[in-house]
Amino acid sequence: MKKVPFFQSLPGIALAATLLLALPFVAALGGQAWVRILDFAILYVFLALGLNIVVGLAGLLDLGYVAFYAVGAYTWALLASPHFGLHWPIWAILPIGAGLACFAGVLLGSPTLKLRGDYLAIVTLGFGEIVRIFLNNLNAPINITNGPQGITLIDPVSFGAFKFSGVTQILGVSVSGPQKYYFLLIALAILVIIVNVRLQNSRIGRAWQAIREDEVAAKAIGINTRNLKLLAFAMGASFGGVAGGIFSAMQGFVSPESFSLIESIMILAMVVLGGMGHIPGVILGAVLLTVLPELLRYSVGPLQMAVFGKMLVDPESLRMLVFGLALVLVMRFKPAGLWPSPERQRELQETGK
Amino acid sequence: MDIFLQQIINGLVQGSIYALVALGYTMVYGIMGLINFAHGEVVMIGTLVTITVAGTLLNSGMPVALAGLAGLMAAVLVCMALGWALERIAYRPLRNAPRLTPLITAIGMSIVLQNLAMMIWGRNYLTFPSLLPKMDFEFAGANFTAIQIIIVLVSAAMMGGLLLLVYHTKLGMAMRATAQNPAVASLMGVNVNRVIAAAFVIGSALGAVAGVMVGGYYEIAHYQMGFMLGLKAFTAAVLGGIGNLAGAMLGGILLGIIEALGAGYIGDLTGGFLGSHYQDIFAFVVLIVVLMFKPSGLFGEKTGDRA
Repeated sequence: MKKVPFFQSLPGIALAATLLLALPFVAALGGQAWVRILDFAILYVFLALGLNIVVGLAGLLDLGYVAFYAVGAYTWALLASPHFGLHWPIWAILPIGAGLACFAGVLLGSPTLKLRGDYLAIVTLGFGEIVRIFLNNLNAPINITNGPQGITLIDPVSFGAFKFSGVTQILGVSVSGPQKYYFLLIALAILVIIVNVRLQNSRIGRAWQAIREDEVAAKAIGINTRNLKLLAFAMGASFGGVAGGIFSAMQGFVSPESFSLIESIMILAMVVLGGMGHIPGVILGAVLLTVLPELLRYSVGPLQMAVFGKMLVDPESLRMLVFGLALVLVMRFKPAGLWPSPERQRELQETGK
Repeated sequence: MDIFLQQIINGLVQGSIYALVALGYTMVYGIMGLINFAHGEVVMIGTLVTITVAGTLLNSGMPVALAGLAGLMAAVLVCMALGWALERIAYRPLRNAPRLTPLITAIGMSIVLQNLAMMIWGRNYLTFPSLLPKMDFEFAGANFTAIQIIIVLVSAAMMGGLLLLVYHTKLGMAMRATAQNPAVASLMGVNVNRVIAAAFVIGSALGAVAGVMVGGYYEIAHYQMGFMLGLKAFTAAVLGGIGNLAGAMLGGILLGIIEALGAGYIGDLTGGFLGSHYQDIFAFVVLIVVLMFKPSGLFGEKTGDRA
């Protein structure tokens, strides 16, 4: 009989579900700020898994992923805020956002399919910057994006009369806004995990992996590399678009600043640091890279006070410094990521590569 | 017409700086296939070191020329050491790691260097000491300054020197051999480690000179200035065909001129719809268009379908 890993057995799933259910209430003991951090961790899991389709499965290095996130976020912001006076419901906006992001993905993908490796990276990077610059400047002559000030008072997610902002009583328990978003995000994350797992072992997923390993060979065995690469771009982009919409609703505010290159790079770092192409690894990477800077935010300041009795260096820059060093060190000692897929690890050991 | 000429001159100056920085990217890429994202930060540190050294010496009453030269030397030395250390500490252990690993390391180093610079020099804009007399020249209705001439001349000299080094010395031959095939080069007695270190050190020295010139040109500096500059320079290197020295130079100058012309004319071309604050998109739009038709850059050799 095949041994089922603990977390796929019934008690394992029940335990994991209980933990996930309890987590936001435990975090709330440390303040709602921690629940928000949790929300972001899951949002980044979502984004990182979306990017994992493009980078991890299909092997296309995308440094402009945040552009699709931005498209989704601004779609929500424009269709559900006083800026244009529109307040469309979620079941209209989210598909539109995902569709527009998907379209942007195809738009970026189609001229760049011929490009290889690092050329593709710089073109996607440029695309991300172009989107950001447009968001920053499309406030004149017609005010579309409200420029650097961004868009405020964005509607929260709501289903009918049930709003995700503010405190509500559910079964006698008072649940805060961030906690409600937590459950929404968990549901979405589970959805994207299922899609990722199913994709990985599907015909399409295998074709992507073939393209990643050797594009010429993939073509030679009859894989339509052009369409499949476009599909990878489009699919990754749609996930980015959905994540952007939720981000917009959760924050109630978007500005171009949230969609800079460094954001794309962070999402890529989550994928690579966790273990490219390996779903648990990517989840780990996303959670770590979201939570670590926050932990550092709360610890470097007090630590300096305790050790030296005064603030020697600006805690904000010290925090980023430690973060950068952590990236370097992980890559130095775990070149394939913290939790690479078993096959990948074996390959690396075999070839000494 | 004079706007045209003026923008060509401005573009040439900016382009020379891009070209110098782009050389640092392209040399490293050509030899080890790594996008050294931290190169822009090396340039930034070059500028800031010069501000500190030249500024202090000026205040202690040293003549301007000497202080400037000392600042430049200090920047070049610090950046060379930094380039060497980056390679030795961060990249060398990853030489055989999966392709994206060194990229993340480079990004990590870039974050580290930026924040180190912020700790040392602070968050505020710093003023670059005035090392050159303010002289304006006029030619056919276009104005240019002494520093602009110096930037173009120094860049040209540096690039000429680099080409001489790469094509007429033993080290250059070793570099070209390593770029073609490191394993075979090492069989032929080339010390690959030393060649790669040399590429980093030389690239950083060029970057330091570029950094000093950027500082002198714009007269301000900031710990985040390296990022966009590095990005543009890298774009220039890709535009010219990454790994190709002449390509990086021409790509840089071309990019500078296109940007300047674009910023000068975009308002008229689009009837005022898009203003000059769209300047930054030209680099990327041009890049995407060029790569659509020439997938390995303007002067890049056509690489086979190698994985």
